[in-house]
Amino acid sequence: MIKMIDIHKSFGSQVVLNGLNLSIPAGEITAVIGPSGEGKSVLIKHIIGLLKPERGDVLIEGKSIVGLHRSQLNQIREKFAMVFQNAALFDSMTVYENVAFPLEEKTNLDREEINQQVKIALQEVGLKNVNSKYPDELSGGMKKRVGLARALLLKPQIILFDEPTTGLDPVIRRAIHQLIKETQKKFGFTAVIVSHDIPDIFDVAHNIAMLYQGKILQFGTADEIVNSEHPVVRQFISGSLDGPINSGVA
Amino acid sequence: MINLTRRIGAWGICLVQDLGRTGQFLLYALYSVIRRPGRPIHVLKQINFIGTKSLFVIILTAAFTGMVLGLQGYYTLTKFGSEGMLGTAVALSLIRELGPVLSALMVTGRAGSAITAEIGIMRISEQIDALETMALDPYKYLISPKFIAAMISMPLLCAIFDVVGIYGGWLVGVKLLGVNPGSYFSEMYRSVEWKDVYSGFVKSFSFGLIIAWIGCYKGYYAGHGAEGVSRATTESVVLTSVLILVWDYFLTSILL
Repeated sequence: MIKMIDIHKSFGSQVVLNGLNLSIPAGEITAVIGPSGEGKSVLIKHIIGLLKPERGDVLIEGKSIVGLHRSQLNQIREKFAMVFQNAALFDSMTVYENVAFPLEEKTNLDREEINQQVKIALQEVGLKNVNSKYPDELSGGMKKRVGLARALLLKPQIILFDEPTTGLDPVIRRAIHQLIKETQKKFGFTAVIVSHDIPDIFDVAHNIAMLYQGKILQFGTADEIVNSEHPVVRQFISGSLDGPINSGVA
Repeated sequence: MINLTRRIGAWGICLVQDLGRTGQFLLYALYSVIRRPGRPIHVLKQINFIGTKSLFVIILTAAFTGMVLGLQGYYTLTKFGSEGMLGTAVALSLIRELGPVLSALMVTGRAGSAITAEIGIMRISEQIDALETMALDPYKYLISPKFIAAMISMPLLCAIFDVVGIYGGWLVGVKLLGVNPGSYFSEMYRSVEWKDVYSGFVKSFSFGLIIAWIGCYKGYYAGHGAEGVSRATTESVVLTSVLILVWDYFLTSILL
């Protein structure tokens, strides 16, 4: 269980999170949706301690991670993996080296076992014959798959996905969503997905949290969000220009 | 007037904060070097990058520095009829001062800028965040190996610079201008003391630390986008070069 309590975060004069409260159930997929620039990525970075709140607390399985020393935070991070928006692959390493990296650095497995695990991880995300390619030789969808393979390898309890399908075509987008759904079912990890993909994300996530003006406006199942009466939620889901959300377009 | 005061105040606070962060970065990097130096393969890769790959530029610069010292030294010393001291003049200039400083400036231009660009690009493309989310300490994997490599490579590069420079001076002084070959080396043996060599090595070791410190720091805290990395790289080279020259003065006054 991940719990965020009264989180406040600003960058300069811009208030991003303003008293945010959120409880993320264990073993389920929770999607965080909301307009661009509302702080969804900021929220996810607080969960893994990449950003520290100015006020409030983040609890991972009941333990606060705010104010922990780097080494203590790393112990908590052992439970986590994160798939970044741009995959964040190490660009001077090949696909094989990228996926093998956490195993080489954090386990005592021999070369043969590492090879075997990398092969299985890449097969699980549907990639073949890419071992010797560099990240800049891969398409956006392939990079995200490599990022997912790297994340899955150490069998984390919690995986954070920061916009895993942004910039992908509808077919690849659906494939990535399917992959997340299937791997979550298989391994049972807790997943938090930051996404804009309406309505696709409703088929993937068990729970949806709508972020607006620095707070969670509504939290519920996909059905509850789809049938929400809240004008902001309704406008966001329908994509209408008329409503309380300012599109910023004149 | 109030606005101006406010701006100066804000600038002062920023400066103090930046200085504090720079110092904190150095302390944590040195702590990591001692406690978490990283895998030997990472250190060796960095020694290859900072040391071996700088060899060509170091040898080239050293040869011409020694040659010009031979030329200038000869014309100055002949005025006093003491061209036999040419070997001593070339060797002491190189070992005490020019070897450590010029080799450090060359490595700053070649490797220091590359260190900043590499870490800066890793920062803006979230590769450093990716390391952290894997519970891997970026200081251990990125910073420590570079510090260790720079502190090992610089004294070695400086030694090579000194030797090549001395032979550059010999080529011009002895082979071109006709200085007695025996006196070129024998005077050098008599005048150069262990203290001179030692001070040169202390300098180059500390310059290695400065190159790694500023190079890594500027990259680690690079601003946004390509422009941020480019600015960080420029600042890194300028600041490192200035720090090397300033620190050289203070170190010389201590070691003399």
